[in-house]
This record gives sequence, C-alpha cells and structure tokens, in this order.
Amino acid sequence: MQRREFFRHGLSSVVLPSLINGFSIRALAANPFLQDEAADLNDPDRVLVLVQLNGGNDGLNMVIPLEYYDAYYAARSNIAIPRNKVLSLEGFPGTGLNPAMTALQNLFQEGRISIVQGVSYPQPNFSHFRATDIWLTGADAGQVLPTGWAGRYLHEVYPRFPLDYPNNAMPDPLAIQVGSLVSPALQGPALTMGMAISNPNSFYDLINDRPEAVGATTPVRAGEQLAYIREMAVKTDQYAGVIRQAAQRVQQQSDKYPAAGKNALADQLKIVARLVAGGLKTRIYIVSMGGFDTHARQTEPGDPTTGNHAKLLGKLSEAIGAFQDDLAYLRIGDRVMGMTFSEFGRRIRSNASGGTDHGVAAPVLLFGESVNPGIIGANPLLPDVATVRDNVPMLYDFRALYAGLLENWWGIDSLTAARLLGNNYIPMPIIRRSNAGGVEMNR
Amino acid sequence: MMDPAPVTAGLRRIGRKWKPEDAAHLLRRTLFGASRADLDHFSRMSPKKAVRELVYRQYPAPSPPLNYYNDDKYTDPEIPTGQTWTQALKFDGMNNGRRRNSYKSWWIGQMINQDRSIREKMVLFWHNHFVTETNSVDNARFCYQYNVLLRQYALGNFRDLVKAMTKEPAMLRYLNGAANTKKAPDENYGRELQELFTIGKGPGSHYTEDDVRAAARVLTGYTVNYKIYASSFDPRRHDEGDKQFSAFYGNRLIRGRKGPEGEEELDELVDMIFSKDEVSLFICRKLYRFFVYHRIDEMTEQEVIRPLAALFRKKKYEIGPVLETLLASRHFFDTANRGGMIKSPLDLTVGLCRTFNVTFPDGTEGADQYGFWEQVRGQAAALQQNIGDPPNVAGWQAFYQEPEYDRLWISSDTLPRRNQWTDKMIGNGLGRAGKKVQIDPFAMAAGLEAAEDPDRLIAAAVKTLYPTMPGTETLAFIKTNILLSGLAGMVADHYWTNAWLAYLTTPDEKVGKAIVQNKLKLLFKYMMDLPEYQLM
Repeated sequence: MQRREFFRHGLSSVVLPSLINGFSIRALAANPFLQDEAADLNDPDRVLVLVQLNGGNDGLNMVIPLEYYDAYYAARSNIAIPRNKVLSLEGFPGTGLNPAMTALQNLFQEGRISIVQGVSYPQPNFSHFRATDIWLTGADAGQVLPTGWAGRYLHEVYPRFPLDYPNNAMPDPLAIQVGSLVSPALQGPALTMGMAISNPNSFYDLINDRPEAVGATTPVRAGEQLAYIREMAVKTDQYAGVIRQAAQRVQQQSDKYPAAGKNALADQLKIVARLVAGGLKTRIYIVSMGGFDTHARQTEPGDPTTGNHAKLLGKLSEAIGAFQDDLAYLRIGDRVMGMTFSEFGRRIRSNASGGTDHGVAAPVLLFGESVNPGIIGANPLLPDVATVRDNVPMLYDFRALYAGLLENWWGIDSLTAARLLGNNYIPMPIIRRSNAGGVEMNR
Repeated sequence: MMDPAPVTAGLRRIGRKWKPEDAAHLLRRTLFGASRADLDHFSRMSPKKAVRELVYRQYPAPSPPLNYYNDDKYTDPEIPTGQTWTQALKFDGMNNGRRRNSYKSWWIGQMINQDRSIREKMVLFWHNHFVTETNSVDNARFCYQYNVLLRQYALGNFRDLVKAMTKEPAMLRYLNGAANTKKAPDENYGRELQELFTIGKGPGSHYTEDDVRAAARVLTGYTVNYKIYASSFDPRRHDEGDKQFSAFYGNRLIRGRKGPEGEEELDELVDMIFSKDEVSLFICRKLYRFFVYHRIDEMTEQEVIRPLAALFRKKKYEIGPVLETLLASRHFFDTANRGGMIKSPLDLTVGLCRTFNVTFPDGTEGADQYGFWEQVRGQAAALQQNIGDPPNVAGWQAFYQEPEYDRLWISSDTLPRRNQWTDKMIGNGLGRAGKKVQIDPFAMAAGLEAAEDPDRLIAAAVKTLYPTMPGTETLAFIKTNILLSGLAGMVADHYWTNAWLAYLTTPDEKVGKAIVQNKLKLLFKYMMDLPEYQLM
C-alpha cells in the first residue's frame, strides 16, 4: 500500500497490539497449536462474511469524491449525484455516500464501517468472468489458480479435511455459501471446503445405510462422478443436523430486516446471523447480490439519486444495517466482520445510455464492530476532462486486504499468509486496535 | 489433472452394429430423456442412420405460446384466452410478466413433447451460448422472437447465426447494442461477441482491449423499433470512422462507411472474426463439453477437437456435419464416456417426465397444461437452471466453470432437492386444480420386459434409468430390501411373481393392486435416490 495515503486517512484510533484471550495475535501465531485444529481453541469465533456484488459496482457513485466534485460532475453529468444530495461522512468532508445508503451513513458515524479506496490489482482485467476468478482465487492478472483464496486458508487450518470431519473440534461446516452453488472462492486443493444452503430449515433427510460399492463395470469417469455425488450426500447428511440445530437455537432476531423476499441480500444475511448466533463454528460465509453491470440507465434520467444503481445500493445498505443491528441484538457483533467486493469498478466517464462501462478500481466496504473505522486511502484523482480510456487507478491490491483479514482477523502469521496469497502483501490496517500499523512501520 | 481413463478412440465412425445400450447412450445425450418407444425406434436402425435422423430430420416449427394466463385477477383485453400473444401490440406491466411466464412454461412444454431430434437440446445449447435473460430483456414478445431465432439456426449455419443474433432485438437490449452509438460506444456486445460468442478465451485467443473498442464502434447504429418489434440500422448513430484491429486479426482495418452501407461493416467484422481458427476450436470444445465430457485432455484435443474444428471450417460453419461426426464417432461411444456426465436440472426434471412417459393434460385443457409445465420449470429453477434466465451472460456455470463443470449442479442444497423432486413424482405427483401429474408405476413396469421376474425387472429398470450398472451388492439390496420386503419369505422370487401376475389378471382387486403399487413405487423411488440416477 501507499504509506503516505495510509497516514493521511489511516487509523483514527490508537494503535494497540491486538489481544485475544489476553495473548497478542503474533504470540498466538507462534503457538504450534495454531497450526492445526486446536486453533479453534483460540479464535473459533471469528467469522468473515463476504458480500459479492456481481457485475462490477460503480464505486464513484457509491463513494463520491466531493473533493473533486467538478471533475466528477464533468465526467458523468448524466448520472452524477447532485452535490447537495450526497450523504456526508463525519470527519471526511471530501468524501460522501450515495443518498440511497442512509443506513451505511449511520453505521459510519457509529464507527462500524471502514471504506478502503481504490482496490484493484496490477494489469486489471475487464472481463466479468476472468476478473471474478481473479478476485475469488487471489491470482495475479496473468495467473490461473485452481484453488480459491479462502479455500486455501481453510485447507491451511484444516489440512486433513474432509477426512475425519466433522469431529469434536470442528463439528460444523468450514464455510457456508448462502445460495445454491458453492463459490470458487472456497475451492480447496482437492475439493470445495464449503457447503451451500438456501434455507436451513428445508434440509432433507437423506436415506442412510445404502450400499456404496459401484458396479465392477462402471467406467472410471462415471465412477468419479458417483464418488463425488456420494461424498456430497454424506456431507449433506452430516451437516444438516448441526445446521438445523443452530437455526433452531435462535428464535428471535432483529426487527430491522425488511420482510422476507423484499431484499434478497438481507434474507441471506439474516440466515448468516442466525447460524452464527446459533453456535456454528463456521468461519466464512459468502452471500451475494447481482445486477451491478450497469451499462445502461444506471440512474433515472432527471434524477440520478434514483434508478437501478440507487436501488441496489439501497438494498445493500439496508441489508448491512439490519444485519449489524441483528448482530448487536444477538450479542455477536464483536466477532463478525463483513467485506463487500465486486469484480471491478466502472469507467470514470459515463456513456450516453446513462450507464458506465467496465472499469478498474473501486472502494471496498468493511463492516462490523471490529473494523478500523474511517476511510483508508485518498479519493481518486479525477482528470479534468475524462476520456473513455480513463479509469480509477489502483491504490491498494485486493490481496493486501486478504492479508489484513488473514493476519489480523484470524491470526495467521505473515509467512503463512504470504504463502497462501502467493506474495508478501503488507496487511491493510482494517481491524480496529490491530497491530498491523506497528508491524508495517517495522517492516 | 491427469485423466485416469483416457479415451484413445478418435472420430472414426463406429461399426454398423450396436446394442440397445449404445442407442440409449446416444439418446441420453441428444434428447431430454428417452422413453422405451424412443429407444426401440432407434435401436432398430444402424447407428449411422440413427444419428442422421436425430441431426437432419426436419420437423415443423412448434406453434407459438398461447394465452392461458387469464384468471380471476386479470384478463388480457387484447388477446383472447387460447390465442397466441406473440403478435400482440399492446405491452404493459400487467401483461408482460404473464406472457413471459407463458413463454417459459411453453418452452418446457417443447422439451417434454420434443420430436425425435437433437434440435431441442441444441436450442438449449445456443441459449446457454447466446445468453439473454427474460428478466433483463423485459419484453415477452422479444423473448419469444429470440427463441424462434434459436430454433431456426439450431442446426444451421453458425456464422449466419452470429450475424442474426447481433441484430436480434432481445440481444440488442440484453447487451446494450441498442445503446451503442458513435457518440458513446457501449462495449458490452463488442466484448462478449469475441469473449463468449466466437473467439472465446482459449489458449489461442489474443484479441485485445482495442479490438473490443473497435468492434464496439463497428456495431454502432443498431436500434430496436418498438412499433414493429424488429431491429433497424440508424446510420446517424453509426460511427463512420475507420476501425483498426490488432495484430491478432492481422492488423485488419475496417473502413468506415457512410449511410445505410454502414451496416455492411458487420459482415466484414464477422468475416474477420471467422478468419481465426480459434472460433471453430472454441465452439467444438463447447459442443464436446455439452455432449460428451467436461474434461478435454491433450489426446482429445488432438484427435477430436482439432479434426472436428477443421471439418467445421471446411463445411463453412454448418453445425450439422460437426454433430453428425462427433455423435457417430468411436470416441463418443467409448465405454469410458458412459455415464460420465451429471444431469443438468433440465435433463433431470424433463428427462424424468419423458423416461416415465408421464402424462400431462393436452391442449384441450390449456390452463392446466401450461400450469403443470410451469411447475416443472419451477423445479428446474429450484435446482439452479431457470430456463430463459441463465445466471449471467456466460450462461450456467456448470457448462464452463473449471475445474468442477457439471459437478456444480450438485451441492448440499441441490442434491436433497433432486431427491425430493423424484420422490414427489413417484409419490403424490404434481397437483393443480384437482388434477395430478405423476409417474404411473404400473405402466412403467409393464413396459419393461419380464416384469414378473424380480431379477429381470430390476435389470431392465437399471438399463432404463442408469447409464452404468450398479454393483451386485446394490442390486441384491434393491431386490431383497425393496422389491421383496414385506412379502413373506423375503428372498423368495415367486412372491413377487405371484403378486405381479395376480395384478395382471385382476387389475381392479384393491389389496393386490396396492401391494404391487407400493413395491414398484419403493423400487423406482429408491433407484432414483441412488447417485447413479444423477448421471447420464
């Protein structure tokens, strides 16, 4: 990361060594127990919720650079949010939020939001599918990785999975995708480390005691597929019980959620809160919302504060707001942290169809009681006359965010984090009271 | 990953003789499930003739979807009940959603009632290739027109399809081609045309970001005319400047043209793209993954994909010869490829209806017919394949996402749902307005040879429902614990034989009928719950 920017907007609270049960993270990392399942004894409860915004979110209309408002307006006058409508962020007069995001504005004022500006990676890719793969696997632009970044982390902590799992130390799924297909982010070296659910109460009891042997004449390819399906059937069965139990333990949740079916993201996050509060030791949840590929009619003509993108941001904000309220209500707010991401941002200059084409960097939002609140990184410097080729440049590599999560949220040592991420990224100081800042200065 | 079971056979055609299980393999991959009658029909032919009939035999285009969406809450003022809405001129928020659902139900109906042709599978293939989403096109008439186009070219010329699709209103709306003007080029279609529709992202694909921008400029000027429901070319919106392409395209320059001639730049663009061998390779790999197996090892690339792609180019991008060659090849019929694919949700849901010959209400009960089709659509959607609305412009992940491919259809959520679907169809079935659509276990068993003999009944059911033979332990378990449980003597075959023959003699005798029905229901339920049923 760029150190100058870090100091400029960086930590608004005092830097202290991070403590868990009285031990600093570094000390824990050096403890051999941390290398295996016993890690659960120390930080079993730290949960990460990834919110994937599919399609490429227009960061400039989400986090508005008031500091350069004239250039911003000149580049996208047909969709620019009027200056007086932008939601202000206390302590950061040069930056504001889309007017649809009032819940997020409140959370920001309460110190439960961290905004990281300009997140991308070198030689950014403009294809949805390639860029998504890069974000999910943590690859370099020119590199294809067969495993997901979160899958590699889980494999590091649970190297013997799925043999002997579930067990007493880890009776629950390692990761849960809410929605029905498991994300490539959770792909481990051999198989996916995650499981998918859409509604924890709808689990179906699979029949037990079936003979397992395949026919002697079964071709190898069919045999592989059968083995996979069987494995999935067994997993489903093993985890169905613990998930149902966890769901049943929580009978009451925050009343801030919109009615079921009105906001799909809120519905998903509600399930997450329920399972976490119900006692699952699952470390990673992935939820998602689509529709961010706003090539055309991103805003309503005549009123750029309304329209498709505003609706999406409104739902995102509403869902996170309700989720945070629920976490506090369920008293688990200190151990859950969330992060939004999208495969890319969008072009500085809007197009004539009232939308924006694929771009490069965009802000990432972190939410939770444990985030280091405020804004990290400067507003993107916008050219006076933006052309179709101008993009929001990268300020921070997304893998530096992953490094921040691995090292400062989960207490993975920096050597291991570097191995998991393929490079020694300086962890972003995204966790409150973390020792990341001190470490950075010493490096 | 190393392939543990490489297939060495290439594209040479298989011999003149084949077994019923060979024909069953062909039909599993080219139809949405096959009934006993379908299997008998093709088994009698030579493999060559069977493949040619599947690929080349012409059938009339289906009749269009009809208005069966009038109900107590809404009556379409323009289109009477039972008439098609596909020429309707009035469009609003009330009728559009209903017509869109009508269109999607109708599409499922086309699959369930498909002809003995590969066409319906190819319509799905092209839908997954040239994705549009009804949610995003947001006009049922355009969605239907897009479907007509897919059918028209499903087994036709791919280059012509690319040109026609570029100008198709649904696509112009979906990928913003209609918003792509000289003043503000919208790169969406220009990018996907190359990345997803023609060149792909294979190892030989090296088009550049500048090529995306240049293609977008070539494609400026197309608009959608909402009065006549067609696209048109507006020269005033067309970028008349020259378009320079990269070294990948031989530094080709497409000269800007003025006036209506601007439209001819599309032909030049498509010809330039099709001058790259990568197009034929990309499409052949995709066809291979759709019809044969998800993994393409080096030997397959050399022995199957490359010769197939060469044939594709030689035949000027006609689809038929490529499919004929692939599907009649020794490679396709190699034992190693049997059962190597996981059924897509449509193969599972529609396939069950066709394999078991499930009866649906006919056209005289249109509202019920569409209602039940809609329920099948909903089941496939719950299993993550919602016809008409793939998840994004790349299509369903299971058709392209390495390394899992079709395994993505199976998750801890969808696998139980798959079992619930088959359980439901052999159990209470789908219900609507007092009517039921469900498997008739008697008819199914009676259609299998020697249903009175438990071993032969199970063997015949296995051949009909599975692409591979389960282990002897499983077969013994099915026989003992499923078919014979509850009958005194357990392993005594003749208890089943007597029960079955008694039922045939006095089919209306209630107790005897109930015994046989319960046994058959348990048998088929159990067999469809086993993982083998998920394969094709």
